Amino acid sequence: MNLRNIVDKVKPTFEKDGRMGFLHSTFDAFETFMFVPNTVTKKGSHVRDCVDIKRVMIIMVMALVPAFLFAIWNIGYQHSLAFGLDWGFWNMVGYGLVKIIPLYLVTYIVGLAIEFTSAQLRGHEVNEGYLVTGFILPLIVPVDVPLWMLAVATAFAVIIGKEVFGGTGMNIWNPALIARAFLFFSYPSSMSGDYAWIGGLQKASQGGTPWASGSGAIVDGFSGATPLANASMDGLAQHGYNFWNLFLGNVPGAVGETSAIAILLGACVIFFTGVASWKIMLSGVAGGLFVGWLGNLAGVTDIPCWYQLVMGGFLFGIVFMATDPVTSAQTECGKWIYGFLVGAICVVVRLFNPGYAEGMMLAILLMNTFAPLIDHYVIEGSIARRSRKKVKIA
Amino acid sequence: MSNNIKLKKGLDLPISGAAALRCERTVIGDVVAVNPCQFRGLVPRLLVKEGDHVLCGSPVLSDKKCPQILFTSPVSGTVASVVRGEKRKLLEVLIRPDGKRECVDFGKKQVENLSAQEVRDALLESGLWPSFVQRPFGLLAGVDVTPDAIFVSAFHTAPLAADVDFTCKDSLKDIQTGINAVSKLAAKGVVVSYRKGGNSPLEKLENVQKFYFEGKHPAGNVGVQIHHLRPIGKGDIVWTISPMLLAAIGRLFNTGKLDLMRKVAVCGPAAMEPAYVNTLPGVKMSELQSFIGACPENVRIISGDVLSGTSVGFTGTLGLQDDQITILNEGNEYELFGWAKPIRCSQYSTSRTYFSWLTPWKKYDMDTNLHGGERAFVVSDVYGKVLPMDLFPVFLAKACLAGNIEDMEKYGIYEVLEEDLAVCEYVCPSKINIQAIITQGIDLMIKETL
Repeated sequence: MNLRNIVDKVKPTFEKDGRMGFLHSTFDAFETFMFVPNTVTKKGSHVRDCVDIKRVMIIMVMALVPAFLFAIWNIGYQHSLAFGLDWGFWNMVGYGLVKIIPLYLVTYIVGLAIEFTSAQLRGHEVNEGYLVTGFILPLIVPVDVPLWMLAVATAFAVIIGKEVFGGTGMNIWNPALIARAFLFFSYPSSMSGDYAWIGGLQKASQGGTPWASGSGAIVDGFSGATPLANASMDGLAQHGYNFWNLFLGNVPGAVGETSAIAILLGACVIFFTGVASWKIMLSGVAGGLFVGWLGNLAGVTDIPCWYQLVMGGFLFGIVFMATDPVTSAQTECGKWIYGFLVGAICVVVRLFNPGYAEGMMLAILLMNTFAPLIDHYVIEGSIARRSRKKVKIA
Repeated sequence: MSNNIKLKKGLDLPISGAAALRCERTVIGDVVAVNPCQFRGLVPRLLVKEGDHVLCGSPVLSDKKCPQILFTSPVSGTVASVVRGEKRKLLEVLIRPDGKRECVDFGKKQVENLSAQEVRDALLESGLWPSFVQRPFGLLAGVDVTPDAIFVSAFHTAPLAADVDFTCKDSLKDIQTGINAVSKLAAKGVVVSYRKGGNSPLEKLENVQKFYFEGKHPAGNVGVQIHHLRPIGKGDIVWTISPMLLAAIGRLFNTGKLDLMRKVAVCGPAAMEPAYVNTLPGVKMSELQSFIGACPENVRIISGDVLSGTSVGFTGTLGLQDDQITILNEGNEYELFGWAKPIRCSQYSTSRTYFSWLTPWKKYDMDTNLHGGERAFVVSDVYGKVLPMDLFPVFLAKACLAGNIEDMEKYGIYEVLEEDLAVCEYVCPSKINIQAIITQGIDLMIKETL
């Protein structure tokens, strides 16, 4: 294999004592990206399953692809709608690409640069975890988030959210949500309100024309508010939102979170490959429905509970972020409890905090914090049961 | 109370190279080794010197801490050399067989009339005492210990493992004698576990408590069986022994001679015409050239199974407890875009991220490639799916790494040996060496608590 020969030729330069030894981890990352290494087992089991973390992570990215593709279209569609442009499909996709590519460039360049540097400093191999984090992050921010804010948030999430704990596998909170929380609390004006969620709207509202589309003024009477901001049946109806367009996802919202169909496709991939826990997804949906139903019953809201599932980031959060295997509960029983509470707390925040309509981010971060506690009690319970187990031999 | 136990979790590895059920050759070779390194924590004392003549059953080594425990020669011949490693650590004693099979006469005995102490003395004297494995921690059995029970697994589930029904079918009488003898040593006698519906000839054994297990590997591991029959807590002691060594104990009492001859499965994807051979523990792997082929440097030779066996190399020897030799190709080759290929037909994965679950009938030529790089614990539920024990392996491993004795006790360090968690190590996508971590934990427990 010629490619292999080339790699073998340059490899000594990047060895730890080679001329470019300081780039050892970086070289290793690229080499193992292309080739499964020739390392053989040294201790323990002599044969190993061919699955590795790279495979798990790439499957997770695959699961995100439907939401990503839908996002590209929806960005263009929302823009076209807001400015009365009457665009065709490819126009919308083109605009979507123009908006989404910079977001991805920023998150991957900033995030990977930090990952590579920290692996280099520690002398570790580069972890694959950021492939997923970097793919999720642009999907959970408003499309018009200023790129420098995104860069700062990414850096904060990777350094403070992950690397200080020791990298992928050691972190307590989901790094993508740390970035979003950072953005939300540091720059609330860019992260909320009615103008943040549609490409070009912010800029147009400040008097200029929206970049990259050459269009004119906002359509009369267009508000840009997300469904969550209109959280009553009247409010939803007034803006023309019903269950089915919320389910389909052609509504304003964070880049990739709007389409329940696309997210459910991803959930199917996850379910069939088993890369994340279906128990968390299922119990999370149950938790959301339960509290939504209670709220409806008690008259806190007139929205039926199943609307809670398709509005805002509920599904995206429960499918792709609550299930993060590192930061969720580790025990099987704990996963049921953890998932239920994520769903339940999310809807509680929605119902009782009109100032901040989206509860998913806070619900997941809160439950990330409590996941070890849940595990602790599950294990204590199991140990207590075990000590009561009968001796079967006479 | 039901004697049937169904285990839902587990993994039968679809690896190629099962040994054919025939046993035509007897392999002993030019030298046979007595190897003290296979026993955990043993500090051996050398009892012979080069050139000494020994008989089959003559003591070669003893345990420095407990001099009654002897390790005897499996053949008659002369001591060829004493191999030492770093810091003069005793690695093995090589004995050149004279081909005469002269044996020390320990005297035929009627087991029924013997006391526990007489059985104990006979086993210590003949060198069969190390046949027992003491749990917790997998140590040599203590000479003044009365275990709660002695556990025997009458079937293997490990990948390509020897078929116990085949290897032991001719020695039922000896096994019965062995059981009658060792049951005197334990408070609750001998407990034998069978495969449910296996119709093993060993089900005819008497004077035992019988249980039937159903499930995939590691259902045949005696540690998993003990976990379901008599969970080991702090202060408990049980012993385990294999049917093959029970037969040797039976032969000792029935014939008065030490006879460790056994049928061993030589198997694995790299083995040529895999089959059984008659051989002795301590036989050199180089005697199995006809199975290994012309390039012994490209294969890995394992005494035991692929999950928990020891890589001994071409000059290594068969362990006392092993009835299987597995030969694997070394997987020291690069694979272009391996992890990124949608389908990887020649590789097996339990994970559904590949598609090998669609072809459950297929057997794979597995090699020793790690298939990835070592990472931190990321995916949380993979171990639980294959381990049929009510334990939390990730938490146990973390407690071992942290050296936290209290947590190790809580998470069940008393209940496991490395082999019981080997299947977790196989499936781990983070390529974590669970068995090495458990060893580290057990060593710490031995140091701090015994």
